[in-house]
Amino acid sequence: MADFDVPELNEYPIIPKLKEGVMAHSAPFIAAEKFQTPLGFPGQLPENWKEVAIDKMGELLGKYRSLQVFLDICVHCGACTDKCHYYLGTSDAKNMPVARQELLRKVYRRYFTFAGKYFPRLVGAVDLTEEVLDDWYSYFHQCSQCRRCSVFCPYGIDTAEISMAAREILDAVGKGQKYCNEIIGKVFVIGNNLGLPEPALRDTLEGLEEEVEEDTGVKVRFPLDEKGADILLITPSADFFAEPHVDGLIGYAKVFHEAGVSWTMSSKASEAANFGMFIGSYENMRRVSLRIREAALELGVKRIIFGECGHAWRVAYSFLNTLAGPFDFLDPNYPVPQHICEFTLDLIKQNKLRLNKEENDHMKLTFHDSCNVARGAGMGNVEGGQFTIPREVIKAACNYFYDMPQDTIHDATFCCGGGGGLLTDDLMELRVKGSQPRMEALKRVTEDHGVTNLAAICAICKSQFAKVLPYYGFTMDQIVSVHQLVSNAIVLKGSEQEAELDGTTD
Amino acid sequence: MTLVTALYVGLFYAATIILVVGIALRIKKYAQTPSPLKIPTMPAPRTETGVALRMFREVVFFESLFRSNKWTWIFGYLFHFGLLLVLLRHLRYFTEPVWFWVNWVQPFGKYAAFAMVAGLLGLWARRFLVDRVRYISTPSDHLMLALLVGIGMSGLGMDYVSHTDIVSVKAFFLGLMHFSPQPLPGDPFLLVHLGLVATLMIIFPISKLLHAPGVFFSPTRNQTDSSRERRHIAPWAEQLEAGER
Repeated sequence: MADFDVPELNEYPIIPKLKEGVMAHSAPFIAAEKFQTPLGFPGQLPENWKEVAIDKMGELLGKYRSLQVFLDICVHCGACTDKCHYYLGTSDAKNMPVARQELLRKVYRRYFTFAGKYFPRLVGAVDLTEEVLDDWYSYFHQCSQCRRCSVFCPYGIDTAEISMAAREILDAVGKGQKYCNEIIGKVFVIGNNLGLPEPALRDTLEGLEEEVEEDTGVKVRFPLDEKGADILLITPSADFFAEPHVDGLIGYAKVFHEAGVSWTMSSKASEAANFGMFIGSYENMRRVSLRIREAALELGVKRIIFGECGHAWRVAYSFLNTLAGPFDFLDPNYPVPQHICEFTLDLIKQNKLRLNKEENDHMKLTFHDSCNVARGAGMGNVEGGQFTIPREVIKAACNYFYDMPQDTIHDATFCCGGGGGLLTDDLMELRVKGSQPRMEALKRVTEDHGVTNLAAICAICKSQFAKVLPYYGFTMDQIVSVHQLVSNAIVLKGSEQEAELDGTTD
Repeated sequence: MTLVTALYVGLFYAATIILVVGIALRIKKYAQTPSPLKIPTMPAPRTETGVALRMFREVVFFESLFRSNKWTWIFGYLFHFGLLLVLLRHLRYFTEPVWFWVNWVQPFGKYAAFAMVAGLLGLWARRFLVDRVRYISTPSDHLMLALLVGIGMSGLGMDYVSHTDIVSVKAFFLGLMHFSPQPLPGDPFLLVHLGLVATLMIIFPISKLLHAPGVFFSPTRNQTDSSRERRHIAPWAEQLEAGER
């Protein structure tokens, strides 16, 4: 099935002995000129690329305190060395967070510090060469920016910040990544990552309306571009067609229907994800974010709610107000933006949703904390709400729920292996190996509690798991959306299910 | 004034200036570089008080390190806490009369020197014994540990091998502080000890020792989780927006 060795799943986690260079061959496709230009990046390596790269580094050092401080203060204590899922899954030395940072740090030292300028060998400083640049391209695309290392670092050094800066420098010298940059281009031109134009979108949504009506006998609407709606739903475009994503979308629609609120999606902002974050580009991230503001203004909505999308939620929760705010034209009674899980749990707590948990009795669930939700965002205006709220939603919809081992959940959660712009087929080996720690934890609860399914609130996690689960002896349909569980359990007013439960059928 | 005294007078004035000015410039740089985005490692405190508490736990208990590696935590804590007590004990060489609480620290300070050296040796051992830590260690990492161990051992040497005239040492430092240099005893342990300390002071602002002031500027640890409530924007980002309008 694979032309590489799939890592073993052990009974208890084992920290592998490090090996040098075993993943040096891993690198994603480079973006062609046509994908670079629309984002404002050169199409190929300029003649004075070294100068451009060092200038860019200098510019970023002046713009981001994180970069400046993190490049200075690492003491090489080694606390992070066994925390990265890519190190655990590949055992490549340069996949230890500190070693990954060093790739950039040693160049920083050479050009920006006294010690590196005059005593390069003593402090491990090196000149910027094409080999170094290639190493950057390879290993900064073996970081999913999941921030697990930053939890365990005594100074909070976040390799994600370093990776973003490195990718921005790479973009500045024409070495962009095809997957991310092509997608950002599509968002600008068409409105979403998958390149679904408005008519296709409308068609899909009509199909979903028919499907739900067939299943329940209730006409649940999936509105698009409806001016004057109260709520604008921003959701990842995977929700429009792929399994299990689309079942989540059906879940949101049913929840909105039961809540009796008016809502709409937007063809202009038909994508929650913001790949601008992956490439560290504030300008591109901002441009992608502004679509949401424009859509909200054009449609005249009062609230913005985000669907299940992990990195999108980080940008939405932590950055949207900065990038595209202030949102003073929206209803001040609600946080901007809100997460669909916050919305659904509110309704559950107010007893406004009728949920028949037995509908999910064929599954025993566990929950995968998506890295960017867990460590990059919050929920519910309480510390740690991002852990409790999705679990409460699941427990309200299911009878059987078991958590994976403590050191693999909440803020210690492992990335699925496909985050941060790495969810591309040209990185399949990395994705499979990087999911090893999560798969191992899943196997644990499978054996201990008979867990059958893994629920997640991130489009990347869902796509990644659907792809990698089979490599580890699981099946691709074991990954489910949280709102898929809600969708299964929800008993719509006036539905066939309601009639059946209340015994009013003939 | 002997040549040795003159040399150490010059050395300590230079080292002090480099240390103070160097760190001040670095802190200024950290403080003036904006954080354009809210990036606290979540879950993060929602109030400033909460952030102060998080930073307190980080700096006083090494909370994150405790979660990540118990050996590094034990050795790191022994070293840093030992160093703190030793430094407090050394205040008696710079104060006349000696502050009353420095006398309280005195008995602990003596043993703290052993804890400090033991911690350093433990940390150093990890650089050889743990393959991952060995891989990431640079020559300067080893030299830094050698320097600190040298400071600790030469200090202990004065306590347990060959005593020095600490009354003269105190007179020397009080003299430095009042710009009226006094003679420095010529004991080898003392000269080595002071020479290494001055070296440490000089490399502090250009080395990884910047982690001491730097940790307070780490955005992942010092930011509040309040991005939905309050708009956070950097001056350069505001300019970017203004340029578009």
